[in-house]
Amino acid sequence: MSEMSAMDRKIIQNLAETLSRQVKHFNRTEAECLIRLFNGRFGDQNDRKTGHGLDRGKFRNILHNTFGMTDDMIMDRVFRAFDKDNDSYISVKEWIEGLAVFLRGTLDEKIKYSFNVYDLNGDGYISREEMFHMLKDSLIRQPTEEDPDEGVKDLVEIALKKMDHDHDGRLSYTDFETAVREENLLLEAFGPCLPDAKRICAFEQQAFQNPPEH
Amino acid sequence: MGIALTRAAQWTTASSGTGKLEITPLNESLLKEILDFVENFSSRHPQEANLEFKEPLKWKTTLDPCNFKMEYEVSGQTVRSVEASSDGQPLLHLSSSTICVLTFSQLTKIVRIANDKKLKELRTCLEENRDPVAKILGPSFATVEGEDTSVLRFLEKVNSNEDKEHDVRIKLLILLKQLDTQLLSSLLKQISQEIRLSPDTVKNDVTLLKSFCGNGEQRVLISVQYTSDYEYLNGCRTPPWRQVHGEICYLVIHTCDTDPLYVTCSTAGVFLNGGIKQEGDENAYERKSDIYKDLVTLLKHHSPHFAEHINKQDFRVQKEPPSTQKIEHVEPVGAEEQGQTQRSYEHQEKNVHEKARQQPAQNKPGSKKKLEPSSKWKNLGLGSPYQEEDDRKASRSSILESSLQGIGKKKAELSSSSLHGHQSSQKIKTPGGGPSSEDQSESSSEDEEDEEQPERRPESHADLPSEYWHIQKLVKYLKGGNQTATVIALCSMRDFNLAQETCQLAIRDVGGLEVLINLLDTEEIKCKIGSLKILKEISCNSQIRRAIADLQGLQTMVKILDSPDKELKCLAAETIGNVAKFRRARRTVRQHGGIKRLVELLDCVPDSATLTQEQEKDVEVARCGALALWSCSRSTWNKGAIRKAGGIPLLGRLLKSPHENMLIPVVGTLQECASEKTYRIAIQTEGMIEDLVKNLNSENRELQMHCASAIFKCAEDRKTRDLVRRYEGLRPLVALLQETENKQLLAAATGAIWKCSISMENVEKFQEYKALETLVALLTEQPEEVLVNVVGALGECAQNPPNRAVIRKCGGIQPLVNLLTGTNQPLLVNVTRAVGACAMEPENMAVIDRLDGVRLLWSLLKNPNPDVQASAAWAICPCIENAKDAGEMVRSFVGGLELIVHLLRSTSKDVLAGVCAAIAEIAKDEENLAVITDHGVVALLARLTDMEDNLLRRYLAEAIAHCCAWGANRVSFGEAGAVAPLVRYLRSDNASVHRATAQALFQLSKDPDNCITMHENGVVKLLLGMMGSTDELLQEAAAGCVANIRRLALANEKARYG
Repeated sequence: MSEMSAMDRKIIQNLAETLSRQVKHFNRTEAECLIRLFNGRFGDQNDRKTGHGLDRGKFRNILHNTFGMTDDMIMDRVFRAFDKDNDSYISVKEWIEGLAVFLRGTLDEKIKYSFNVYDLNGDGYISREEMFHMLKDSLIRQPTEEDPDEGVKDLVEIALKKMDHDHDGRLSYTDFETAVREENLLLEAFGPCLPDAKRICAFEQQAFQNPPEH
Repeated sequence: MGIALTRAAQWTTASSGTGKLEITPLNESLLKEILDFVENFSSRHPQEANLEFKEPLKWKTTLDPCNFKMEYEVSGQTVRSVEASSDGQPLLHLSSSTICVLTFSQLTKIVRIANDKKLKELRTCLEENRDPVAKILGPSFATVEGEDTSVLRFLEKVNSNEDKEHDVRIKLLILLKQLDTQLLSSLLKQISQEIRLSPDTVKNDVTLLKSFCGNGEQRVLISVQYTSDYEYLNGCRTPPWRQVHGEICYLVIHTCDTDPLYVTCSTAGVFLNGGIKQEGDENAYERKSDIYKDLVTLLKHHSPHFAEHINKQDFRVQKEPPSTQKIEHVEPVGAEEQGQTQRSYEHQEKNVHEKARQQPAQNKPGSKKKLEPSSKWKNLGLGSPYQEEDDRKASRSSILESSLQGIGKKKAELSSSSLHGHQSSQKIKTPGGGPSSEDQSESSSEDEEDEEQPERRPESHADLPSEYWHIQKLVKYLKGGNQTATVIALCSMRDFNLAQETCQLAIRDVGGLEVLINLLDTEEIKCKIGSLKILKEISCNSQIRRAIADLQGLQTMVKILDSPDKELKCLAAETIGNVAKFRRARRTVRQHGGIKRLVELLDCVPDSATLTQEQEKDVEVARCGALALWSCSRSTWNKGAIRKAGGIPLLGRLLKSPHENMLIPVVGTLQECASEKTYRIAIQTEGMIEDLVKNLNSENRELQMHCASAIFKCAEDRKTRDLVRRYEGLRPLVALLQETENKQLLAAATGAIWKCSISMENVEKFQEYKALETLVALLTEQPEEVLVNVVGALGECAQNPPNRAVIRKCGGIQPLVNLLTGTNQPLLVNVTRAVGACAMEPENMAVIDRLDGVRLLWSLLKNPNPDVQASAAWAICPCIENAKDAGEMVRSFVGGLELIVHLLRSTSKDVLAGVCAAIAEIAKDEENLAVITDHGVVALLARLTDMEDNLLRRYLAEAIAHCCAWGANRVSFGEAGAVAPLVRYLRSDNASVHRATAQALFQLSKDPDNCITMHENGVVKLLLGMMGSTDELLQEAAAGCVANIRRLALANEKARYG
């Protein structure tokens, strides 16, 4: 980015300043690093001018390569969770905000984020069907079984039993929150949607290794 | 190679003089290794090979001089090498079949010349040079056991003397050492493959073989007999001097088709001997056959009839031998003696496992045969009693468990802690003795869990609880699910009541433990955490603990301690803490480097006022580490490992923590470790006493208990006692005496008071705090582990005269005397001491006499425990001294005087000293003196005069002095040779020995012959010195004695020159 003009640098610095004020967890330098990374990632000057940002494919690449996610559906959901304005692109702001939770979120923030990811249709509840959908590949299918889905169905029931505190057959946000607070392991109950400590560490190291001079 | 030769090689033992290397596979491989070394030495290390030996290696050779060709001068029967040493000696010299060799290069040549006889040559060489290293390098390198400093010494020499030859020599030394290590390690491999028989296995085999004897057609053997009916406690039937060779018993076996077989069963295996019928004939012990792994194999080789028929036996109708069952279960319980060292425990445990492992292994060889009897035995003879035992235990324990296990555990913990520091190795029994079933259930729920507990499985599938099926389903998902499913299943599993045994065992029985432990090996942190959370809870169950250890779970958990994730570390440490409640697990933790890692967890900043979130996590990690160490610290070796890993200062730092949940495991570990002297010193010098005392004031009873218990163990040391006083720990200790409901706490507090009261300054403090009154109140209705300490404390306090009256005034004498009728030996030792101390005051004595306390004391002389005997004897002294009409009282004890005189035959110095002191008191009464003289007291006392112990000497001299007063006793002492040794006592460095001896000599000097003996032994000069002493009694006695000698001399002169 050495050819980046002074003009650009100024813009980036200002942006970092604003964003670091809006988003906790990152200071200005870190925000600036992430903005540069963002710019680097989506490379194409034209795209940037149009102001869209990262599209689904590129973002999924990042999730896959950098954060080791594999589940297509979950990755889609993570994209949706990042893409707050639903325009199918992730803007700089959404990028920074998303990463804040992703990398350094508090438990509260992560619970909200995870719930968002798992609430596939966005109706505020994780329903049986949604759970089934997310868990359907989580068990080895025994070819001998009569109903190959039986295990998954059972697993859904187990999860409901564990988390559905108001017994309405679906998980509300409150249900989910209570359950996770009780047992932190349930934060990613329906599939890994957050990077593990090692990946976070590696990513931060790489992203923040060259702080821009001022 | 020195150590390998002395320790590992199997030398024949029976023949005296030079031992022979036995022809065993072990020795053979040893020789081959050495041979290999020698053969290649010249080519590998040419410089070292030419170094001259300090002394030549000499042996009788079978080599023919004509075999020597080049480089040798052969003339008739002598051979000389052309090469010569620096002082002109030939490096090889052979004459009249004795060969002398001075260098390795020559040795190499001999080996080449000897060709196919080389092994034999080498063997004779080694047989005649038992320590070749010493000869090669000089006597300072003789093989010594234990730490070998020869290399160090040698290095010093080399440094001071930079000689080239030294350089070579040190290289040679290193080469030899390398060979030694190499030999040992290869031998170790062999040895470890060998079978070790134990008395029990042999006994089982014999019992079974006996059941094959008989008259019917089907009989396999005619008879199997032991040569000796006497069985030693260790199960061996061989005389002790043969037991050291590992021999267990000798058998005479009459087979149907051979001569009687004389068989030796030893730990190394079974072999034929030279025909031992009775003890005696030394040659008969020699081995006459190969070593077989067991009796059956031996019999099969020697008796074709046996080999043929053993396979035809119909074993199903065979009744199981009645004794096996007993043996298998009695052994581990019997081995529970507290005094045993860790090493022997571990050894024993290992044996048990090895045995178990070997049995299936033994069945493999010789698989050509259709049937192996030994495998059948296992199924019928050994297998079934176990099964039955299990069932019985299961039913019994299920009844007793709920009510007893809890209590039992506490008691066991208590007894182990209260016993510490006590001379006796005896175990405290449960109060009231209890019926035998109770005893047994307690020993099986011992906190140490040394016994492999019987499995308890649900009886049948019919009445399995619903949890079982749920858990089975969850385990299925654990097995066949990805990490998401696994986490859900794990979380759901945690919803079961994991503290409940049904659930714990269900998890195990459906194979859940394997999965949970496998999960620990994955990369998924969430799965690991979830799994550990479950393991942590279910490992409260002792069977689960064992299963986890069996599945190698500890190894994995120890590895997890290195993880960067703190939550994970905490859980792993806590689980290790739960699992390591039994010895084998603790050993596993140590052997896999767990102790060091756990100690590393302790490193945190516990006491800073404001902790960041990370620091708080560190503290939590440290707490879990301490919990695990607490469990591990029950093993002596682990205590050492903790110390070596630098755990003591870290524990000391954590001791400053303000949090109880941190302090409890830390103090718990410290008090556990305080049984080791190094820890006691460290606790004192690292300033931990202050913190321990501070925490005595805590609100938490458990913490108080551990602190008191730590002080109890440490206060054996005087400095520690002073420190406890200086930090004002005595008052809180006394305050703890109010905790009459919490027996564990009470036992620890009274124990600490007992040990602290050994210092008189502390006793004064206790007086000030009115501790005595409280202690006396505790003399009734307390469990024995409390009583031992209470009475111990009273005994110490009563050494201070004013306290004796206090004890009487608050009614302490009566309960103390009542306790004399007990059976608990440590308690009796303390009670006798306390009663003895009280008896020093005449008014107390009156009370004791009225309660018939002296008779009770006297009857304790019959107690089998020497500590009790000694303590009772000491207590009797002040009683006789202070009782009114003591002589009459003593006479009234029927057989009492005979009993006490008989105790002079004891082997315990303490007993002897106490008895001597009592005899001195008894002899003050003339009539009693006459009686004990009749019982032969003079000869017995005279026999003891060559003892070295100062205490014993003093009271022995007193007893002799007092016994002189009757009849011809003075003369008898002289005739028994007691005078000369007594004179030597005057050279002792102990003033009270001097005084007593002078008095005895004064009494003895009234007999002229004694005077002569004394004079001959140079008594006058010694006594003259003592006459100048400031001790008036000594002065007077010495002077009196000298005067008697002088008078005799004068009378003599007068008679001569008249």
